[in-house]
Formats: sequence, C-alpha cells, structure tokens
Amino acid sequence: MASESNYYIPENSWMPVLTAASLGAMALGAGLAVQGKTPLFLLVGLFVLACVLFNWFSTVIQENMRGLTNAQVKRSFTMAMGWFIFSEVMFFAAFFGALFYVRVLAVPWLGGEGDKAMTNALLWQGFSAEWPLMQTPDQVAGGTKFVGPHENMGFPGWSKITGWLPLWGTLLLLTSSWTVHIAHHAIKHGSRGRFNFFLAITVALGLAFVVLQYMEYHEAYAEMGLTLKSGIYGTTFFMLTGFHGFHVCLGVFMLAIQLLRGLKGHFKPDDQFGFEASSWYWHFVDVVWLGLFIFVYVLG
Amino acid sequence: MAHGPAKGIGRWLRATNHKDIGTMYLWFSFAMFLLGGAFAMVIRAELFEPGMQIIKPEFFNQMTTMHGLIMVFGAIMPVFVGLANWMIPMMIGAPDMALPRLNNLSFWILPFGFSLLAATLFMPGGGPNFGWTFYAPLSTTYAPPTVNFFIFGIHIIGASSIMGSINIIATILNLRAPGMTLMKMPMFAWTWLITAFLLIAVMPVLAGAVTMMLMDINFGTSFFNAAGGGDPVLFQHVFWFFGHPEVYIIIIPAFGVMSAIIPTFSRKPLFGYSSMVYATAAIAFLSFIVWAHHMFTVGMPLAGELYFMYATMLIAVPTGVKVFNWITTMFRGAITYETPMLFAVAFVILFTIGGFTGLMLAIAPADIQYQDSYFVVAHFHYVMVAGALFSSTAAVYYWIPKWTGRMYNETMGKVHFWVSFVAFNVTFFPQHFLGLAGMPRRYADYSLQFADWNMVSSIGAFAYGASQLLFLYNVIATIVAGRKISDPKVWEGAEGLEWTVPTPAPHHTFSTPPAIK
Repeated sequence: MASESNYYIPENSWMPVLTAASLGAMALGAGLAVQGKTPLFLLVGLFVLACVLFNWFSTVIQENMRGLTNAQVKRSFTMAMGWFIFSEVMFFAAFFGALFYVRVLAVPWLGGEGDKAMTNALLWQGFSAEWPLMQTPDQVAGGTKFVGPHENMGFPGWSKITGWLPLWGTLLLLTSSWTVHIAHHAIKHGSRGRFNFFLAITVALGLAFVVLQYMEYHEAYAEMGLTLKSGIYGTTFFMLTGFHGFHVCLGVFMLAIQLLRGLKGHFKPDDQFGFEASSWYWHFVDVVWLGLFIFVYVLG
Repeated sequence: MAHGPAKGIGRWLRATNHKDIGTMYLWFSFAMFLLGGAFAMVIRAELFEPGMQIIKPEFFNQMTTMHGLIMVFGAIMPVFVGLANWMIPMMIGAPDMALPRLNNLSFWILPFGFSLLAATLFMPGGGPNFGWTFYAPLSTTYAPPTVNFFIFGIHIIGASSIMGSINIIATILNLRAPGMTLMKMPMFAWTWLITAFLLIAVMPVLAGAVTMMLMDINFGTSFFNAAGGGDPVLFQHVFWFFGHPEVYIIIIPAFGVMSAIIPTFSRKPLFGYSSMVYATAAIAFLSFIVWAHHMFTVGMPLAGELYFMYATMLIAVPTGVKVFNWITTMFRGAITYETPMLFAVAFVILFTIGGFTGLMLAIAPADIQYQDSYFVVAHFHYVMVAGALFSSTAAVYYWIPKWTGRMYNETMGKVHFWVSFVAFNVTFFPQHFLGLAGMPRRYADYSLQFADWNMVSSIGAFAYGASQLLFLYNVIATIVAGRKISDPKVWEGAEGLEWTVPTPAPHHTFSTPPAIK
C-alpha cells in the first residue's frame, strides 16, 4: 500500500475540527481570564486540546507502525517541522527586534540623543539614557508606575562569575544539546539502551535549566526589584527569557514523550522521526538561548 | 482511496479532501466579504452627507476597524487559500494537500476566530475601534476591554495561516508529479510558494505584536510606553514588519491568478515565465526591507526616511516586469473577452493605477501631505479591491466550470463585471481628489467642501455592493442549474494539468502521479 507510486490520504477525521473548537474556546477563555473573569473556558479548552492532540499524535504513530506512512508522507512531516521551527524563530525575532530597537534607538532618544534633545527637555527632563535601564523616565518625572530595578542581570564581574546563574544555564543547555545528539546517534545504530540513557539525561538537564530559571526569577522579584513592571529593561528581560523558558518546558515535554516511547520500544534505526523532530526543536531552543545569553546577559 | 464524498454535514466537519476544504474556504471568505462589505456600506451611508446621520462616532470607528480586519484576514486571505486548496494539487499532479488533517484544522479555526472577533461588537465597550492597524496607544492604553478577545482571536487566526502555509509549501515542494520541475510549475503554484514563505515569516511577528499589547494592557510591561522607557513607535515598526509583507501576501496570489487567465484568453503562453518567477521572488524579498514607508511622519531620522523611500521605489521594478509581461502576453494574441478576462484586463489597468499612487506615496517629502488622507484610502483600495478582489472574482469565473461541471451565465457575468468596474471607479477615484484636498481618513464627519465627492463615492459604493449580490446569485444559479459541460478543457486556450482531468473534477484526482511531458 505504501509506495512512492501510490499516494496515502488519511480518512475523514473529527480531530481537526475538535482542535479548532478547543482553540476557539481557549481564545475566548483567555480573553475572559486576563480580565479577571472565569478561567473556565480556558481550562476546558486546554483539556479538550490536550485530549485531542494526544489522540491525534497516537493515531499518526499507529498509522506509521501499520506501514501507512510512506517515504513521501515522512518527507512532508519533516518539511512541516522545519517550517514550524522557522515560524518560531520569527516569533523570537520580533522580541529580539524590540530589544535592539529600544536599546539602540528608543532609550537614547528619550535621553535626548541626536535631534531628540527637545523630547528630553520637554517630556523627560533629567532622564539620562543607560542600559540596563535602572531608572525609568517615569521615575525621573516623579511617577511610580514603572520603577526601575536596583540590580540587573548583566555580567557581575569575574570575581562573582561562579554564582552567575545564566552561565550555568548555558552550560546545562549546551551539554543537553550534546547528549541529545548522542542519543540520536545511538538510535541510528540500534543501541536502544544508550538512546534511552542519553535521552533521559537530556530531559534531566532541561528540567535542571527550568529550576535554575525559577531561582533566577525568584531572585529578580524578591531581591533585585526587577519585575515586569520595572520599565523596558524588565519588560524585555522577562519577555525574552520567559518565552524561551516556556519553549524549554515545551521541548522537555516533547523529549519526555519520546523517552516514554523509547522505553516502550518505539523507533527503529531508520525511522525515528518523532524523536528527530523533538531534538531539532531542542537544538532550536538551545540556539535561542545563546542569543539570549549574548544579548540579554553578557551585553546587558 | 477510490470512494466518493461522505454524506451529510460530516463531510465538511471531518473533511480531509482538498476540494471540500477549498470549497469551505471559498464560501467562508465570501460570507466574510459580505459582512465586511456590510460594514463598508454603513461607513459610506454615514459619509453620504456631512454631519452625523445614522451612527455614533464611536460605532463608526468600530466599523472602519472591523471592515479592514474582516476584509484582510477574513475575506481576501482565505479566498486565495481556498483557490490554492482547490487548484494547486490539480496543477502539480498531487492527490491532495500534503497534510490533509492539518488542512482541515487550518480552515476550521477561522469560523471560531472570526465569530469571536465579530462578537466583540455586541460586548460592553464595543468592538475594536483603533483601526485595522491597531496602533498603540489607541489599542493599549485607550482600548476597549474587548481588545483582549481581539488579541487572542488574532493569535488563533495567525496560527491557522501558518499551518495553512506550511501545508502549501510541503505540497508544492514534496508532492509534485515526477517530471514537474519547479520551473515547469504554473505561476499560480509559484506565487503561492512565495506567499506561503512570507506568511510563515511574518505571521509570528504579528503574534509578537499582539502579545506585546497583551502584556502592556494586562501585566504592566512598557513596550509601547515611553514612561517605562519603551516607545509607541516600536509598535508601528513591529506591526509594519508584518504589515508590509502582509499586503504582498494578499496581492502575490492574485498575480498568480492573472498569469493563468491572461494566457488562456490571449491564446498565447505566458510571456517571460522565468522573469515572472524571479520578479515575484524579488517583490517578496523587497517586502521585508521597506516597512517604515508606512511611517514617514512619525519622526524617523532623515537617513531612515531616505533609505525607506529609495528601497520602496525599487519595488516598482519587479512589479513593472510583471505588468509588462502580462501586456506582452496579450500583444497580438487572439483575445476573447469572457468574464474572467474582463476582470483580468481591469486588474492590470486598475492595479497599475494603484501601483502608481503607491509610488507617489513612497516619496517621503510628498507623503507628508498624503499621510492619513483619503488619498491613501483610494490607493490601497485600488490594489486591494481592483487587485486582489477582482483577481479572486476572475478566478471563480475561470475555474467554476471545472469545479462544478456547469457553465456560469456569461451575460450575467459581464453585467456583474461592468457594474463592478464602473461602480468601483465611481467609489474610489473621487477619493483621490478628496485626499489631495485634505480630507483625513477614519473620521465620521467632514467639512462641507468635501460633500460632493463623498456623495458620488457613496453612490458608487452602494452600486458596487449591490453588484456583488448579482455575483452570489450567478454562482448559486451555476451550481444549481448551470448548463452542464463535460469537456476537460473548458476554455479553448487553457493549458495545464487541471484541464486534463475530467469536468467536473472528480472527488479524488491523481491517485497515481500523472506523466509530465
């Protein structure tokens, strides 16, 4: 049945329309929840989405095990994952772009740079541009809406480098990219035990990174006065690292699923797309982190 | 898989067939076209005479906003996805789209997303009222509470676009019949390949823009607030980094349709096929580096104004290549003017006018006069309505015989064309004058000196709106009782794989790949 000369079209399915309905419920529910109204629709939508996606993915896995997924369909899956990751890259690009814009242009302009001297003199007199922005224009003008932090996440100096969390985070993620690569290599050569072992290590390293980030956020809120509300530095810091952290959680979840599948005996030396796709995603998360490490921490 | 369509509503809810999903996209977009059109009628009714007649200014703002959002995201984008679904697999010899279930998900998100968006009109505080470009701080600090539904609605609609585009790219790159090299593909497939790339690149940026809004509104961040060190102009940069490629996302598939219709009715192959491909790719590339020409009056540094002005003017070069290629295709052809060709010729003329006014707007020092005037409104309706909409209308007339196995009523089609063509120009040409005379856009009222041309414009708009009901009638009459035809090659001059399959196209085409010469 499955050959290049005979196409495979899946049967009609309820899963797509149910997924769409759950996304609709989540959009409505999220809109209500952020206004402090009932989170019910959001939670129900999320629950239905989780159930349907579980069913959808297991259907695709079963189709593959029954030999319905030919090489052409697999190429489609491969392309789809690649383009999905590209779309994720562009999502991060929007936030990196915002960071560069405020650092290079907006904040200096508020400080009166270039031909913007009157902006500073008339609107934010006394504000001087700096990065990380420790004192917001609002503060200088006597406001309390946006209050800058008393410490920032930048490089703390060589003497304190061992306590600098993002450095440890970088080491964790780089190591995990390496271990996931070893796992990939292992399954391609049929050594299942080695695959499971190194995939488990990868998941553990990912979890450790999430814990580290939790510690860092806790420190930021509890000790440094660095919050979402502490002006554009806090805004860009939390949005960039926060979305990255969310993607790490997603990546850990995907790899954990692949680990469970590995323990159940899924994957063959020539067929491990579910794992491969998750590992690409993991490498992508890793590369985004390198961008964050350089532009948010080292040069921050 | 040699079975026919399923029975009942389940055929549509559970669809995996590209033709069924394409049909749903087409009907959905037509429904949104009528809804967005109804909003336009409200706008033109209010502007028929100076003074406040029918609606309140707050509601007027909601109408202009929803008209733009519904037309861009609900009508024009889905209609071309519908055409892509129907035609691309048939054009490249594929059995279906590459990811049929994902395809159905992409479609079904839209009714949910747009229901949510439209429902905001009935909620406390009213619907979005900040213009379809939703500039901060209008859309953040001063937005109605329903802005949150707008944000999440945009999120899921954007997800739908991304998934649909991934599907189209995978189909074109992976499912072409053996021997169908990229440079043998019909232009329509090429234009969609490029459009899908643009969509995947910029829809996430739009998601980023609305996410920043969400955080500013609800969680105290300061992306667009100078008090916290942010900048409202940042919103415009992020938005237009999405928005400029977006307008090409709308027009590039229209170029593909033109490149199918004009050769057919000129009975000549498309002139300069490879230059068409390269020109389309060049337009797509340029679309990423010209966004701030929408922002000449926000106080950019002079170097920025100059760069964006010259980069924008460059776009006229590949666009000119396309227009000249269409004209050269027609040159000395044995042309007949069936309805699709009438719309196609009108497209070339009117789109070119819209392109020229675009060049005028690209000149930064001159743009300071035109900015936010009715001249801009006239400009983008020449490319959106006479461009994208005329093209998709032409596409429906062109391919409906293949879809249904029935011929539309040619006389009614021609009446539809001529009323549309005249009414369109009566509506929008005077808006050039209004804009140059200084009438600002997005106001519910205007000074007395603008009264005459506004009345003319409103009369044109009502005629244009009414003529679309004729189109709806013609389409339904064709499906129900059109003259039956069975020749695979519906149009004498048509070339391509889609004209080799039976008419009407069977539920499943190409269960094995066709041979390509």
